Amino acid sequence: MKFTLHIWRQENARAKGHFETYEIDNISADCSFLEMLDQLNEKLINDKIAHPVCFDNDCREGICGMCGLYINGRPHGNDDGVTTCQLHMRHFHDGDEIWVEPWRAKAFPIIKDLVVDRTAFDKIIQAGGYISATTGGVPDANNILVPKHIADQAMDAAACIGCGACVAACKNASAMLFVGAKVSHLNLLPQGQPEALDRARKMIIKMDELGFGGCTNTYACEAECPKQIKRQNIARLNRQWIGQMFGRDRRED
Amino acid sequence: MILDSKIPEGPLSQKWTNYKAAQKLVNPANKRKLDIIVVGTGLAGASAAASFGALGFHVDIFCIQDSPRRAHSIAAQGGINAAKNYQNDGDSVERLFKDTIKGGDYRAREANVYRLAEVSGDIIDQCVAQGVPFARDYSGLLDNRSFGGAQVSRTFYARGQTGQQLLLGAYGALSREIARGTVVLHERHEMMDLVIKDGRARGIIVRNLVTGELERYAAHAVVVATGGYGNVYYLSTNAMNSNGSAAWVCHRRGAAFANPCYVQIHPTCIPVHGDYQSKLTLMSESLRNDGRIWVPKKKEDAEAIRRGEKTALDIAEEDRDYYLERRYPAFGNLVPRDVASRAAKERCDAGYGVGPTGLAVYLDFADAIKRLGRDVVEQKYGNLFQMYQKIVDVDPYEYPMMIYPAVHYTMGGLWVDYELQTTIPGLFAAGEANFSDHGANRLGASALMQGLADGYFVLPYTMQNYLADQIYVGKIKAEGPEFDEAEANVRARMDSLMNIQGQHSVDHYHKALGRIMWEYCGMARSKESLATAKEKIAELEADFYQHVFIPGKAAEMNPELEKAYRLEDYFELARLIVDDATQREESCGGHFRIEHQTEDGETLRDDDNFMFVAAWEYQGHDKPEVMHKEELNYEHIQIVKRNYK
Repeated sequence: MKFTLHIWRQENARAKGHFETYEIDNISADCSFLEMLDQLNEKLINDKIAHPVCFDNDCREGICGMCGLYINGRPHGNDDGVTTCQLHMRHFHDGDEIWVEPWRAKAFPIIKDLVVDRTAFDKIIQAGGYISATTGGVPDANNILVPKHIADQAMDAAACIGCGACVAACKNASAMLFVGAKVSHLNLLPQGQPEALDRARKMIIKMDELGFGGCTNTYACEAECPKQIKRQNIARLNRQWIGQMFGRDRRED
Repeated sequence: MILDSKIPEGPLSQKWTNYKAAQKLVNPANKRKLDIIVVGTGLAGASAAASFGALGFHVDIFCIQDSPRRAHSIAAQGGINAAKNYQNDGDSVERLFKDTIKGGDYRAREANVYRLAEVSGDIIDQCVAQGVPFARDYSGLLDNRSFGGAQVSRTFYARGQTGQQLLLGAYGALSREIARGTVVLHERHEMMDLVIKDGRARGIIVRNLVTGELERYAAHAVVVATGGYGNVYYLSTNAMNSNGSAAWVCHRRGAAFANPCYVQIHPTCIPVHGDYQSKLTLMSESLRNDGRIWVPKKKEDAEAIRRGEKTALDIAEEDRDYYLERRYPAFGNLVPRDVASRAAKERCDAGYGVGPTGLAVYLDFADAIKRLGRDVVEQKYGNLFQMYQKIVDVDPYEYPMMIYPAVHYTMGGLWVDYELQTTIPGLFAAGEANFSDHGANRLGASALMQGLADGYFVLPYTMQNYLADQIYVGKIKAEGPEFDEAEANVRARMDSLMNIQGQHSVDHYHKALGRIMWEYCGMARSKESLATAKEKIAELEADFYQHVFIPGKAAEMNPELEKAYRLEDYFELARLIVDDATQREESCGGHFRIEHQTEDGETLRDDDNFMFVAAWEYQGHDKPEVMHKEELNYEHIQIVKRNYK
């Protein structure tokens, strides 16, 4: 297959970026989008015409959350329920023009080319996205029963890979689906109860502080999530937020 | 070099208890004066750093990805073993210990493995308390399933994403400590060298992968938890950035490297489909419960399939060779991993392989679908079938899957004693980066167990024992001739790579190295093939140093340079793997020497001459390494032959 690629090139966070156009030929329909970019880079190196394109990637099996490209206007491209590394070239037509951009959001500044800084997600988790269980001194695993449907719902939410597609898809660059998924995962479980309302409050405050936008319920995040995390998680998060406004858990920091 | 395994006194079941009772501790006020460096944020690194931080030590933790949550532990699917005996099916610490030693083909250290089994239950408690959403049954109790190499159900799981959930648990605990200020996170930083002062590990040189600048960090002790070296084969189930370099620079600085030839090759992976391919995806071993493995009986059929003129469905039942069922009637398709892998290679090498490249065999569910119905098969394996379809674009309900073995895990690694300390005082290694618990072959669902055992329940004790007298040395500063030398060394290495300015990409060489290793030091090895490997590696390495081309500068984000210095280490590592495989004149676990097999093709151990750990000492880039032996003494377990028939 043959493609015309328009790829966003940007030297660093301060530099001005632009689209650069490359032609690429002899691409197998069975190769993944990132393997296609590997071949482009190989060509750029061999021909010594330009520096290879920088893009984040690691596990290449859809679980690490490291890769994420905005392809023809959609995070992770035009297949549903997959990450960029799982997107195969058979989803394109021979001769297609493909536009490749990084995630665009105020809270995810560009580092170079298609690589963005997603440490804001780590900072949100550091604000409260965990259960404070110090190593050792915990009860036996079967001491606290967890109803199966609760464990299953928690697992549904916990499947988030933290790739940032939800933020990239959202016109407000909101992180509500990411935060909602983590809060749902932990707050559904009995082990998460002691810190539940505090957790929601701290994570939402941190999210706002880091420059993520608000949610206006268009659900582009849900539509583009490679792990198909449901928007119900946002509703749960909102309930927890309201709960902490009136709840007993509200504490001074 | 002296290899003192420091195994505590007493009967096996009392060793860890005795150790803990006698070990030295650090009082809480002194803990915050002690600094620890942890390299790697996978299960072992994240759990260790979180535990040190919670104890009150000051920790600097480093990862090469943009977030600790990306570490490749995240990709583990199946589950984690623990001797909880929740199923009342006869499990115990003793039984988990025995299964693990036997699974490792009697090449692991008894005391370490017993301790692993002993703390396995605590891991599950810890993870549940952190909110890991393990599978539960309708009563709300934890569910288990069984895995290879065991007769009990002791595997805890979170759907097909157990590694992800365990890592997110450890990442949560780590994040909490980062928020408390006990741990400082350095993401997108790669360890480039180890700094030794007065004979002790005292710091590291790291490269900031965003700016390309070198930075120095000092501490009272260093933990390396950077995973395995499977990517020496280029194509593996490892992540693209997984590499052996952090462990290897420690080896260069004097840490012994143990059993490098023990590499696990997993039989059921999606096959290679072209030169451009970057990695291989695992399909769970559980598929072999219902799938039947076959290739065509006639070469012309195989050739027609390779040319795309025929499909599997065109091959009549009597023209199919169910070679595992034929060769191993007792175990059939459920023979152990190494046997299944070797048998597939044998058929493909003989010209019976299918798929466009001829390097694939069929895993057929037609019988299972006929017997159980499509619904049942879908319930059992639906997610795997879907994953297969996404990658290969073939409906596995209709056409048989195509699979082929792939490099998956490395049992070898930095040599450590009972305290997980390497031969360099103050340098510890945890998780897949060390060699300690799996012998010559790792059992399924044991990697996650070992990573978390090391990080949560072993290092927090043994590190204190080391650090107890370090309160007297005061703060370690990142300065002095040792730091200068190490930094200059890294800079020189990078400059010389950048200056080659040849014409081939790093991947060009890495792919070639992978092909050599796979072909001559892969599933089946012989004296001749290993000699060939050695020769070819040397040729390729010489060519690399003359003709590699790295664009850009060292002082900027430069993924090609990262690949280049990692590949430099892979060349040395590949040579050592080959040397280790050459000296080990026996077959055991993942190491199969064709000269040493039984009449029916099983591994043939030589316990009289090879019941030892081979720990290698680095001598310099161009010199052969020196091997030291740690004899393995089995006091507790009775040694028997692994019989698969």
